[in-house]
Amino acid sequence: MAAPDSKQGGAVDFFEEAGRGTVRGVEQFGYGATLVWQTIYWVFMGRFRQQRVRAAPIFAEAMEAGIRAIPIIAILSMTIGIMLALQGIHALKAFGAEQQVVLGVALGITREFAPLITGILVAGRSGSALAARLATMTISQEIDALRSMGIDPVRFLVVPAMLAMAVMVPVLVVMADFVALLGAGLYIAPEINITMAAYIDQTLAAISVDDVMHGVSKSAIFGVLITVVGIVDGSSVTGGAEGVGRVTTASVVHGISAIVLTDMVFVFAATR
Amino acid sequence: MSEAAATTTAASESDAEIVIEVRDLVTHYGDRKILDGVSMDIRRGEIMVIMGGSGSGKSTLLRHLIRLERKTSGTIKLLGREVDDMSDHEFYAFCRKLGVAFQGGALFSSMSVGDNVMLPLREHTNLDRTTMEIMVRLKLQVVDLAIAEKLMPAELSGGMIKRAALARSIIMDPALLFCDEPSAGLDPVVSSALDELILQLRDAMGMTVVAVTHELDSAFRIADRITVLDRGKILEIGTVDEVRNSKNDRIQALLTRRFEEEELDAEEYIRRLVGEKQDG
Repeated sequence: MAAPDSKQGGAVDFFEEAGRGTVRGVEQFGYGATLVWQTIYWVFMGRFRQQRVRAAPIFAEAMEAGIRAIPIIAILSMTIGIMLALQGIHALKAFGAEQQVVLGVALGITREFAPLITGILVAGRSGSALAARLATMTISQEIDALRSMGIDPVRFLVVPAMLAMAVMVPVLVVMADFVALLGAGLYIAPEINITMAAYIDQTLAAISVDDVMHGVSKSAIFGVLITVVGIVDGSSVTGGAEGVGRVTTASVVHGISAIVLTDMVFVFAATR
Repeated sequence: MSEAAATTTAASESDAEIVIEVRDLVTHYGDRKILDGVSMDIRRGEIMVIMGGSGSGKSTLLRHLIRLERKTSGTIKLLGREVDDMSDHEFYAFCRKLGVAFQGGALFSSMSVGDNVMLPLREHTNLDRTTMEIMVRLKLQVVDLAIAEKLMPAELSGGMIKRAALARSIIMDPALLFCDEPSAGLDPVVSSALDELILQLRDAMGMTVVAVTHELDSAFRIADRITVLDRGKILEIGTVDEVRNSKNDRIQALLTRRFEEEELDAEEYIRRLVGEKQDG
C-alpha cells in the first residue's frame, strides 16, 4: 500500500513545485516588464521628479558592456564568418552551386548569426556581471542605502545599464556583421576564384538594408532582455556569496534562453 | 553621559517636540508576527537606543521607520508625516531629512570614500563640484576620516567604514539620524570613539538619533532613553537608569547577558542563518 501513496505524494509534490515555479516565473516576468516601464518613465520624467538620469553612468556602462566587448566579439565573429563559409561551400558543392554561397552567408550573418552570437556573448559577459553586481549590492545593503538616501535604485542602476545595452548591442552587431562578412570573404574569395572586390559586390547585392535592420533591431531587444534578466535575477538573491554565484549562473542561462526564444518569435513575426 | 547632563536633557526633552511617533505597529513575515503592537515617541534632539536580543525585532523596527519594510498595521510618523501615506516620489524627497548609517556601512564598493559621501549631494543638489568637495571634506573631518577621502571602501578598516557611513549619512544635515548597530564588531576603543562621535553629532548638529544596538556598553553611553524590545513587543521605554533598575526579569536577563533566546524551529533557524530576512 505504501507504493501508491508515495507515487501519489510524488505527483502532488511535482504539481506543487510546478505551480510554484509558474507563479515565480509570472512574478519575475511582471517585475521585468515593470523595470522596462520604469526605465521609460525615468528617462522622460526623471528631471521633473528631481531624479535626473545622468549621462556619465550611461557612458560608463556603454564602455564596459560595449567597447570592452569589441575584441572578443570581433574574434568570434571572424570565426563564425569563416565557419559559415566553410559549411556553406561544403553543402552547396553537392549541387555544384558553390557560387551561391555568398548569398547564404551574407543573409545568414546579417539576419541571424551576428545578432545571436553578439547577444549570447553580451549575456555571458555583461548580463552576468550585472546580476552579480546587483546581488552583491542587495546583500551588502547598498540598495537599501540608495533608497534611504532618496535615490531610486531603478533610476540609478537600471536605467543607465538598459540604455547602454539597448544602444551598444546593436552597435556591436553592426561591427560583428562587418567582421563576420570579412572573415567569410577571406575564405570564399580564393575558394570560388573571385576577387575580394567581386565578393564585396556580390555581398552588397545579396543583402538589403532591411536584412541588416532585421538583425540590428532585434539586437536592441536582446540588449533590453539581457539587462532585465540580469536585474531580475540579481535582485532575487538570497544568502551570501553562494547566493551571488547562484543568481549569476542563472542569469547566463536565463539570458541566453530569453535571447534564443525571442529570436525565434521575432523571426517568425518578421519573415512570415 | 553624566548624571547631571542626563537630568538636564531629560527635563528639556519632556517639553520637546515629538519627531518620531509609532503607534500600534504590527508586522508579519509570512505567518510569523515580528512586531506586535509597538508604540513609541521620540523627541527632537534625543538619542533613543532600541535594544534587544537576537530576533527581538529591533532591526525590523528600524527598517520600518525608514520605510524599507511595509507594515501590516499601525502608523509611523516622521516629523509629523505618516511615512506609508507618502508616494515614492514624496518619500524620496523626504529622505533628504533622514540619514541612515547601516550596520555594514553599505558603502558603494566602486566609489571612493569621498564619492560615497558626496553621492547624496550630487543626486539632490545643484552645487558645483568644488563646493561639494569642500562639504565632503568637512564631514570627513567631523568623523575624523579626512585622510581616507581618496581611498576605496575595500581599503578601510571596520571602524573607518562605520565612520565613512556616518559621514555619508550626515552630509545633507538630516534632522533624523538612524544608526543600525553603530559599534557592532568593533574593538572597545574604536566602539567608544564612535559612540562619542554620535554624541558630538547630536550636540553639534541638533539631530535626533535612533540607534539600534545589542551592545549594552554602547547603549548606556549614548542613550537618553532606551526602548527594550523582546519578541516584537516593547518591554520598557525609559532612561538609562530606569532600564538599569527595571524589575522586569527579561530586561534583567538581557542586562546580565543571560537573555533567553527565542526558541526557533529548525527551518526558521536556517532561514535566518542564511540571511533570507534581516532581523534584529
